[in-house]
Amino acid sequence: MANKVTLTREFLKGLWEQNAVFKQVLGMCPVLAVTVSAENGIAMALATTFALVFSSFIVSLIKNWIPAQVRIAAYILIIATFVTIVDLVMKAQFPSLSKALGPFIPLIIVNCLILGRQEAFASKNSVLRAVLDALGMGTGFLIALFLLGSTRELFGSGTILGFQIMPDVYEPWLIMILPAGAFLTLGLMMGFFRTYSEKKKRVERDSIVDKYLRAKKVAETNPLEAN
Amino acid sequence: MELLLLFLSAAIVNNFVLSYFLGICPFIGVSNKISSAFSMGLAATFVMTITSIVTWLIYHKILVPFELEFLQYVSFILVIASLVQFVEMFIKKVSQPLYRALGIFLPLITTNCAILGLALFIVLKEYSFIEGIVFGLGAGTGFTLAITLMAGIREELDLADVPKPFQGAPITLIVAGILAMAFMGFAGLI
Repeated sequence: MANKVTLTREFLKGLWEQNAVFKQVLGMCPVLAVTVSAENGIAMALATTFALVFSSFIVSLIKNWIPAQVRIAAYILIIATFVTIVDLVMKAQFPSLSKALGPFIPLIIVNCLILGRQEAFASKNSVLRAVLDALGMGTGFLIALFLLGSTRELFGSGTILGFQIMPDVYEPWLIMILPAGAFLTLGLMMGFFRTYSEKKKRVERDSIVDKYLRAKKVAETNPLEAN
Repeated sequence: MELLLLFLSAAIVNNFVLSYFLGICPFIGVSNKISSAFSMGLAATFVMTITSIVTWLIYHKILVPFELEFLQYVSFILVIASLVQFVEMFIKKVSQPLYRALGIFLPLITTNCAILGLALFIVLKEYSFIEGIVFGLGAGTGFTLAITLMAGIREELDLADVPKPFQGAPITLIVAGILAMAFMGFAGLI
Protein backbone atom coordinates (compact mmCIF):
# COMPACT_ATOMS: atom_id res chain seq x y z
CA MET A 1 0.00 0.00 0.00
CA ALA A 2 2.82 2.34 0.92
CA ASN A 3 4.14 2.72 -2.60
CA LYS A 4 0.90 3.00 -4.51
CA VAL A 5 0.83 6.78 -4.41
CA THR A 6 3.81 8.78 -5.58
CA LEU A 7 5.34 11.31 -3.22
CA THR A 8 4.37 14.28 -5.39
CA ARG A 9 0.74 13.11 -5.40
CA GLU A 10 0.90 13.01 -1.62
CA PHE A 11 1.68 16.71 -1.69
CA LEU A 12 -0.55 17.75 -4.59
CA LYS A 13 -3.75 16.08 -3.45
CA GLY A 14 -4.16 18.58 -0.61
CA LEU A 15 -3.99 21.59 -2.91
CA TRP A 16 -7.32 21.17 -4.60
CA GLU A 17 -8.64 17.64 -4.98
CA GLN A 18 -8.96 17.14 -1.21
CA ASN A 19 -8.85 20.81 -0.29
CA ALA A 20 -9.55 21.00 3.43
CA VAL A 21 -11.90 23.96 3.23
CA PHE A 22 -13.77 23.62 -0.05
CA LYS A 23 -13.95 19.85 -0.33
CA GLN A 24 -13.74 18.44 3.19
CA VAL A 25 -15.34 21.37 5.04
CA LEU A 26 -12.79 21.15 7.88
CA GLY A 27 -11.35 23.88 10.06
CA MET A 28 -14.26 26.24 9.49
CA CYS A 29 -13.86 28.43 12.58
CA PRO A 30 -10.59 30.16 11.63
CA VAL A 31 -11.59 30.20 7.97
CA LEU A 32 -14.64 32.31 8.68
CA ALA A 33 -13.28 34.35 11.54
CA VAL A 34 -9.96 35.71 10.28
CA THR A 35 -10.65 36.27 6.58
CA VAL A 36 -11.62 39.92 6.96
CA SER A 37 -8.50 40.70 4.95
CA ALA A 38 -6.16 38.69 2.74
CA GLU A 39 -3.22 39.45 5.03
CA ASN A 40 -4.91 37.96 8.10
CA GLY A 41 -5.89 34.92 6.06
CA ILE A 42 -2.31 34.31 4.95
CA ALA A 43 -0.94 34.74 8.48
CA MET A 44 -3.50 32.33 9.86
CA ALA A 45 -2.79 29.74 7.15
CA LEU A 46 0.96 29.95 7.73
CA ALA A 47 0.56 29.53 11.49
CA THR A 48 -1.73 26.55 10.93
CA THR A 49 0.64 25.00 8.39
CA PHE A 50 3.56 25.30 10.81
CA ALA A 51 1.64 23.55 13.57
CA LEU A 52 0.31 20.94 11.13
CA VAL A 53 3.68 20.06 9.61
CA PHE A 54 5.52 19.72 12.92
CA SER A 55 2.68 17.81 14.59
CA SER A 56 2.51 15.41 11.63
CA PHE A 57 6.28 14.97 11.83
CA ILE A 58 6.26 14.14 15.54
CA VAL A 59 3.13 11.99 15.40
CA SER A 60 4.38 9.86 12.53
CA LEU A 61 7.76 9.57 14.29
CA ILE A 62 6.33 8.22 17.54
CA LYS A 63 3.16 6.58 16.17
CA ASN A 64 4.21 3.13 17.38
CA TRP A 65 4.68 4.25 20.96
CA ILE A 66 1.32 5.94 21.45
CA PRO A 67 -1.27 3.56 22.98
CA ALA A 68 -4.45 3.54 20.90
CA GLN A 69 -6.72 4.46 23.82
CA VAL A 70 -5.05 7.78 24.57
CA ARG A 71 -3.99 8.71 21.04
CA ILE A 72 -6.39 11.63 20.62
CA ALA A 73 -5.24 13.20 23.88
CA ALA A 74 -1.61 12.65 22.85
CA TYR A 75 -2.19 14.27 19.44
CA ILE A 76 -3.90 17.27 21.00
CA LEU A 77 -1.02 17.73 23.46
CA ILE A 78 1.54 17.62 20.64
CA ILE A 79 -0.50 20.11 18.62
CA ALA A 80 -0.96 22.38 21.64
CA THR A 81 2.81 22.48 22.19
CA PHE A 82 3.47 23.71 18.65
CA VAL A 83 0.60 26.18 18.75
CA THR A 84 2.06 27.65 21.94
CA ILE A 85 5.37 28.10 20.09
CA VAL A 86 3.60 29.83 17.19
CA ASP A 87 1.67 32.07 19.55
CA LEU A 88 4.73 33.15 21.52
CA VAL A 89 6.76 33.81 18.36
CA MET A 90 3.95 35.85 16.82
CA LYS A 91 3.48 37.87 20.00
CA ALA A 92 7.19 38.72 20.00
CA GLN A 93 7.77 39.27 16.27
CA PHE A 94 4.44 40.46 14.82
CA PRO A 95 2.53 42.08 17.69
CA SER A 96 -0.03 43.82 15.47
CA LEU A 97 -0.84 40.64 13.54
CA SER A 98 -1.06 38.68 16.76
CA LYS A 99 -3.50 41.25 18.09
CA ALA A 100 -5.64 41.12 14.93
CA LEU A 101 -5.94 37.34 15.08
CA GLY A 102 -6.53 37.40 18.84
CA PRO A 103 -7.78 34.17 20.39
CA PHE A 104 -7.88 32.44 17.02
CA ILE A 105 -4.17 31.58 17.19
CA PRO A 106 -4.60 29.40 20.32
CA LEU A 107 -7.76 28.02 18.75
CA ILE A 108 -5.62 26.35 16.07
CA ILE A 109 -5.27 23.59 18.68
CA VAL A 110 -8.86 22.51 18.14
CA ASN A 111 -8.79 23.03 14.37
CA CYS A 112 -10.30 19.78 13.16
CA LEU A 113 -8.08 19.93 10.06
CA ILE A 114 -4.93 19.28 12.11
CA LEU A 115 -6.38 16.59 14.35
CA GLY A 116 -8.04 15.03 11.31
CA ARG A 117 -4.73 14.71 9.44
CA GLN A 118 -3.04 13.14 12.48
CA GLU A 119 -5.79 10.59 12.90
CA ALA A 120 -6.34 9.86 9.21
CA PHE A 121 -2.84 10.12 7.84
CA ALA A 122 0.20 10.83 10.02
CA SER A 123 -0.55 7.99 12.43
CA LYS A 124 -0.53 5.46 9.59
CA ASN A 125 2.24 6.63 7.27
CA SER A 126 5.99 7.17 7.15
CA VAL A 127 7.55 10.43 8.30
CA LEU A 128 8.31 11.71 4.80
CA ARG A 129 4.78 11.07 3.55
CA ALA A 130 3.24 12.58 6.65
CA VAL A 131 5.26 15.77 6.24
CA LEU A 132 4.47 16.03 2.51
CA ASP A 133 0.80 15.46 3.18
CA ALA A 134 0.84 18.11 5.90
CA LEU A 135 2.60 20.58 3.58
CA GLY A 136 0.03 19.93 0.85
CA MET A 137 -2.92 20.30 3.17
CA GLY A 138 -1.42 23.46 4.63
CA THR A 139 -0.91 24.94 1.18
CA GLY A 140 -4.47 24.04 0.24
CA PHE A 141 -5.62 25.79 3.39
CA LEU A 142 -3.53 28.82 2.40
CA ILE A 143 -5.13 28.91 -1.06
CA ALA A 144 -8.61 28.75 0.43
CA LEU A 145 -7.95 31.41 3.05
CA PHE A 146 -6.31 33.71 0.52
CA LEU A 147 -9.21 33.36 -1.94
CA LEU A 148 -11.79 34.00 0.73
CA GLY A 149 -9.80 36.77 2.41
CA SER A 150 -9.09 38.66 -0.79
CA THR A 151 -12.70 38.37 -1.97
CA ARG A 152 -14.01 39.74 1.29
CA GLU A 153 -11.38 42.45 1.41
CA LEU A 154 -12.02 43.44 -2.21
CA PHE A 155 -15.75 43.95 -1.73
CA GLY A 156 -15.64 44.98 1.90
CA SER A 157 -12.87 47.58 1.76
CA GLY A 158 -12.03 47.88 -1.95
CA THR A 159 -8.45 46.67 -1.46
CA ILE A 160 -6.40 43.48 -1.73
CA LEU A 161 -3.45 43.14 0.68
CA GLY A 162 -3.86 46.85 1.37
CA PHE A 163 -3.58 47.96 -2.27
CA GLN A 164 -6.48 49.97 -3.67
CA ILE A 165 -8.20 47.94 -6.40
CA MET A 166 -11.67 49.39 -6.67
CA PRO A 167 -12.12 52.94 -8.03
CA ASP A 168 -12.67 55.74 -5.50
CA VAL A 169 -16.38 56.00 -6.24
CA TYR A 170 -16.86 52.41 -5.07
CA GLU A 171 -18.96 52.23 -1.92
CA PRO A 172 -17.60 49.32 0.23
CA TRP A 173 -20.14 46.66 1.15
CA LEU A 174 -20.06 46.70 4.92
CA ILE A 175 -21.71 43.30 5.08
CA MET A 176 -18.62 41.61 3.62
CA ILE A 177 -16.43 42.36 6.62
CA LEU A 178 -19.17 41.54 9.11
CA PRO A 179 -19.70 37.94 10.30
CA ALA A 180 -22.72 37.44 8.03
CA GLY A 181 -20.57 38.21 4.98
CA ALA A 182 -18.15 35.43 5.90
CA PHE A 183 -20.86 32.79 5.87
CA LEU A 184 -22.40 34.10 2.66
CA THR A 185 -19.11 34.38 0.76
CA LEU A 186 -17.90 30.93 1.73
CA GLY A 187 -21.27 29.36 0.97
CA LEU A 188 -21.47 30.99 -2.46
CA MET A 189 -17.84 30.16 -3.31
CA MET A 190 -18.28 26.53 -2.33
CA GLY A 191 -21.44 26.35 -4.42
CA PHE A 192 -19.80 27.87 -7.47
CA PHE A 193 -16.79 25.58 -7.26
CA ARG A 194 -19.12 22.61 -7.09
CA THR A 195 -21.12 23.92 -10.04
CA TYR A 196 -17.89 24.15 -11.99
CA SER A 197 -16.73 20.62 -11.17
CA GLU A 198 -20.20 19.22 -11.87
CA LYS A 199 -20.16 20.93 -15.23
CA LYS A 200 -16.71 19.53 -16.01
CA LYS A 201 -17.90 16.06 -15.10
CA ARG A 202 -20.99 16.47 -17.27
CA VAL A 203 -18.96 17.70 -20.23
CA GLU A 204 -16.68 14.68 -19.91
CA ARG A 205 -19.63 12.33 -19.74
CA ASP A 206 -21.37 14.04 -22.68
CA SER A 207 -18.26 13.82 -24.83
CA ILE A 208 -18.05 10.06 -24.24
CA VAL A 209 -21.75 9.62 -25.05
CA ASP A 210 -21.32 11.85 -28.06
CA LYS A 211 -18.41 9.85 -29.38
CA TYR A 212 -20.35 6.65 -28.94
CA LEU A 213 -23.43 8.03 -30.70
CA ARG A 214 -21.38 9.35 -33.59
CA ALA A 215 -19.62 6.04 -34.02
CA LYS A 216 -22.99 4.30 -33.95
CA LYS A 217 -24.41 6.69 -36.54
CA VAL A 218 -21.44 6.17 -38.81
CA ALA A 219 -21.80 2.44 -38.41
CA GLU A 220 -25.51 2.60 -39.27
CA THR A 221 -25.26 4.84 -42.32
CA ASN A 222 -22.09 3.40 -43.69
CA PRO A 223 -21.30 -0.07 -42.37
CA LEU A 224 -18.29 -0.51 -44.63
CA GLU A 225 -16.51 2.61 -43.49
CA ALA A 226 -17.00 1.80 -39.84
CA ASN A 227 -15.36 -1.54 -40.26
CA MET B 1 -28.39 43.36 36.79
CA GLU B 2 -24.91 43.50 35.32
CA LEU B 3 -24.77 39.72 35.35
CA LEU B 4 -28.07 39.55 33.48
CA LEU B 5 -26.68 41.90 30.85
CA LEU B 6 -23.53 39.77 30.59
CA PHE B 7 -25.69 36.67 30.10
CA LEU B 8 -27.80 38.32 27.40
CA SER B 9 -24.75 39.71 25.66
CA ALA B 10 -23.06 36.30 25.53
CA ALA B 11 -26.25 34.50 24.49
CA ILE B 12 -27.70 36.86 21.89
CA VAL B 13 -25.76 39.98 20.99
CA ASN B 14 -22.31 38.42 20.77
CA ASN B 15 -23.56 34.95 19.92
CA PHE B 16 -20.61 32.55 19.94
CA VAL B 17 -21.56 30.84 16.70
CA LEU B 18 -22.88 33.70 14.65
CA SER B 19 -20.52 36.51 15.59
CA TYR B 20 -17.36 34.84 16.97
CA PHE B 21 -17.47 31.78 14.66
CA LEU B 22 -16.81 29.40 17.52
CA GLY B 23 -18.27 25.92 17.31
CA ILE B 24 -18.91 26.00 13.57
CA CYS B 25 -18.08 22.32 13.04
CA PRO B 26 -20.97 20.93 15.13
CA PHE B 27 -23.11 23.85 13.96
CA ILE B 28 -22.82 22.56 10.41
CA GLY B 29 -22.36 18.87 11.20
CA VAL B 30 -25.06 18.17 13.80
CA SER B 31 -27.80 20.54 12.68
CA ASN B 32 -29.85 18.13 10.58
CA LYS B 33 -32.54 17.41 13.13
CA ILE B 34 -33.97 19.62 15.87
CA SER B 35 -33.85 16.89 18.52
CA SER B 36 -30.19 16.01 18.06
CA ALA B 37 -29.22 19.66 17.66
CA PHE B 38 -30.92 20.51 20.93
CA SER B 39 -29.18 17.63 22.73
CA MET B 40 -25.84 18.78 21.34
CA GLY B 41 -26.57 22.28 22.57
CA LEU B 42 -27.45 21.04 26.04
CA ALA B 43 -24.34 18.87 26.26
CA ALA B 44 -22.18 21.79 25.15
CA THR B 45 -23.82 24.20 27.60
CA PHE B 46 -23.25 21.72 30.40
CA VAL B 47 -19.57 21.27 29.58
CA MET B 48 -19.08 25.00 28.96
CA THR B 49 -20.41 25.96 32.39
CA ILE B 50 -18.18 23.43 34.15
CA THR B 51 -15.21 24.42 31.97
CA SER B 52 -15.56 28.06 32.90
CA ILE B 53 -15.42 27.12 36.61
CA VAL B 54 -12.48 24.73 36.33
CA THR B 55 -10.31 26.75 33.96
CA TRP B 56 -10.86 29.91 36.00
CA LEU B 57 -9.64 28.11 39.12
CA ILE B 58 -6.67 26.60 37.30
CA TYR B 59 -5.62 29.84 35.69
CA HIS B 60 -5.99 32.11 38.73
CA LYS B 61 -5.06 29.66 41.49
CA ILE B 62 -2.31 27.60 39.87
CA LEU B 63 -0.89 29.14 36.70
CA VAL B 64 -0.73 32.78 37.82
CA PRO B 65 0.76 32.20 41.32
CA PHE B 66 3.47 29.95 39.86
CA GLU B 67 4.01 32.19 36.80
CA LEU B 68 3.23 29.40 34.37
CA GLU B 69 0.91 31.37 32.09
CA PHE B 70 2.69 30.09 28.98
CA LEU B 71 1.30 26.66 29.78
CA GLN B 72 -2.29 27.88 29.58
CA TYR B 73 -3.18 26.36 26.20
CA VAL B 74 -1.71 22.98 27.01
CA SER B 75 -3.31 22.85 30.43
CA PHE B 76 -6.70 24.15 29.22
CA ILE B 77 -7.00 21.59 26.47
CA LEU B 78 -5.93 18.79 28.83
CA VAL B 79 -8.50 19.93 31.37
CA ILE B 80 -11.24 20.10 28.76
CA ALA B 81 -10.43 16.68 27.32
CA SER B 82 -10.37 15.00 30.71
CA LEU B 83 -13.41 16.96 31.87
CA VAL B 84 -15.44 15.74 28.93
CA GLN B 85 -14.35 12.19 29.64
CA PHE B 86 -15.25 12.61 33.30
CA VAL B 87 -18.63 14.15 32.57
CA GLU B 88 -19.38 11.29 30.22
CA MET B 89 -18.59 8.67 32.88
CA PHE B 90 -20.51 10.60 35.50
CA ILE B 91 -23.65 10.94 33.40
CA LYS B 92 -23.47 7.28 32.43
CA LYS B 93 -23.43 6.31 36.10
CA VAL B 94 -26.08 8.76 37.31
CA SER B 95 -28.68 9.03 34.59
CA GLN B 96 -29.09 6.51 31.81
CA PRO B 97 -31.74 8.50 29.86
CA LEU B 98 -29.58 11.60 29.91
CA TYR B 99 -26.59 9.52 28.81
CA ARG B 100 -28.54 8.14 25.89
CA ALA B 101 -29.61 11.64 24.90
CA LEU B 102 -26.17 13.27 25.16
CA GLY B 103 -23.88 10.25 24.93
CA ILE B 104 -22.62 10.35 21.36
CA PHE B 105 -22.24 14.11 21.38
CA LEU B 106 -19.95 14.32 24.38
CA PRO B 107 -16.71 13.09 22.74
CA LEU B 108 -17.31 15.53 19.88
CA ILE B 109 -17.30 18.40 22.33
CA THR B 110 -13.57 18.05 23.09
CA THR B 111 -12.70 19.49 19.72
CA ASN B 112 -15.50 22.04 19.77
CA CYS B 113 -13.62 25.31 19.62
CA ALA B 114 -16.41 27.04 21.53
CA ILE B 115 -15.21 25.35 24.73
CA LEU B 116 -11.54 26.32 24.42
CA GLY B 117 -12.61 29.72 23.07
CA LEU B 118 -14.72 30.27 26.15
CA ALA B 119 -11.81 29.48 28.47
CA LEU B 120 -9.56 31.87 26.51
CA PHE B 121 -12.15 34.66 26.48
CA ILE B 122 -12.59 34.42 30.25
CA VAL B 123 -8.84 34.92 30.70
CA LEU B 124 -8.66 37.62 28.02
CA LYS B 125 -11.54 39.69 29.36
CA GLU B 126 -10.42 39.24 32.97
CA TYR B 127 -13.80 38.12 34.25
CA SER B 128 -14.28 37.39 37.95
CA PHE B 129 -15.27 33.91 39.07
CA ILE B 130 -19.03 34.61 39.08
CA GLU B 131 -18.88 36.55 35.83
CA GLY B 132 -17.03 33.63 34.26
CA ILE B 133 -19.78 31.18 35.19
CA VAL B 134 -22.51 33.50 33.89
CA PHE B 135 -20.55 34.08 30.69
CA GLY B 136 -20.15 30.31 30.21
CA LEU B 137 -23.84 29.71 30.79
CA GLY B 138 -24.79 32.53 28.42
CA ALA B 139 -22.43 31.35 25.70
CA GLY B 140 -23.82 27.83 26.01
CA THR B 141 -27.39 29.10 25.79
CA GLY B 142 -26.47 31.12 22.72
CA PHE B 143 -24.90 28.05 21.11
CA THR B 144 -28.03 25.98 21.85
CA LEU B 145 -30.24 28.74 20.45
CA ALA B 146 -28.23 29.07 17.24
CA ILE B 147 -27.88 25.35 16.53
CA THR B 148 -31.56 24.64 17.27
CA LEU B 149 -32.73 27.51 15.05
CA MET B 150 -30.43 26.24 12.31
CA ALA B 151 -31.79 22.70 12.63
CA GLY B 152 -35.35 24.03 12.38
CA ILE B 153 -34.51 25.85 9.18
CA ARG B 154 -32.67 22.87 7.73
CA GLU B 155 -35.61 20.55 8.38
CA GLU B 156 -37.73 22.86 6.25
CA LEU B 157 -34.95 23.18 3.72
CA ASP B 158 -35.13 19.45 3.00
CA LEU B 159 -38.43 20.12 1.24
CA ALA B 160 -37.06 23.02 -0.79
CA ASP B 161 -35.71 22.69 -4.30
CA VAL B 162 -32.06 23.61 -3.78
CA PRO B 163 -29.78 23.51 -6.86
CA LYS B 164 -27.66 20.39 -6.72
CA PRO B 165 -24.19 21.98 -6.32
CA PHE B 166 -25.51 24.05 -3.40
CA GLN B 167 -26.93 21.12 -1.45
CA GLY B 168 -25.28 20.30 1.88
CA ALA B 169 -22.58 22.59 3.22
CA PRO B 170 -22.96 25.58 0.82
CA ILE B 171 -26.66 26.18 1.46
CA THR B 172 -26.12 25.67 5.20
CA LEU B 173 -23.46 28.38 5.16
CA ILE B 174 -25.70 30.75 3.23
CA VAL B 175 -28.56 30.15 5.66
CA ALA B 176 -26.12 30.76 8.53
CA GLY B 177 -25.19 34.04 6.88
CA ILE B 178 -28.81 35.13 6.77
CA LEU B 179 -29.25 34.03 10.38
CA ALA B 180 -26.17 36.06 11.35
CA MET B 181 -27.70 39.08 9.60
CA ALA B 182 -30.89 38.59 11.61
CA PHE B 183 -28.85 38.44 14.82
CA MET B 184 -27.17 41.71 13.87
CA GLY B 185 -30.53 43.27 14.68
CA PHE B 186 -29.74 42.70 18.37
CA ALA B 187 -26.56 44.76 18.10
CA GLY B 188 -27.87 47.91 19.74
CA LEU B 189 -29.60 46.04 22.55
CA ILE B 190 -26.81 46.36 25.11
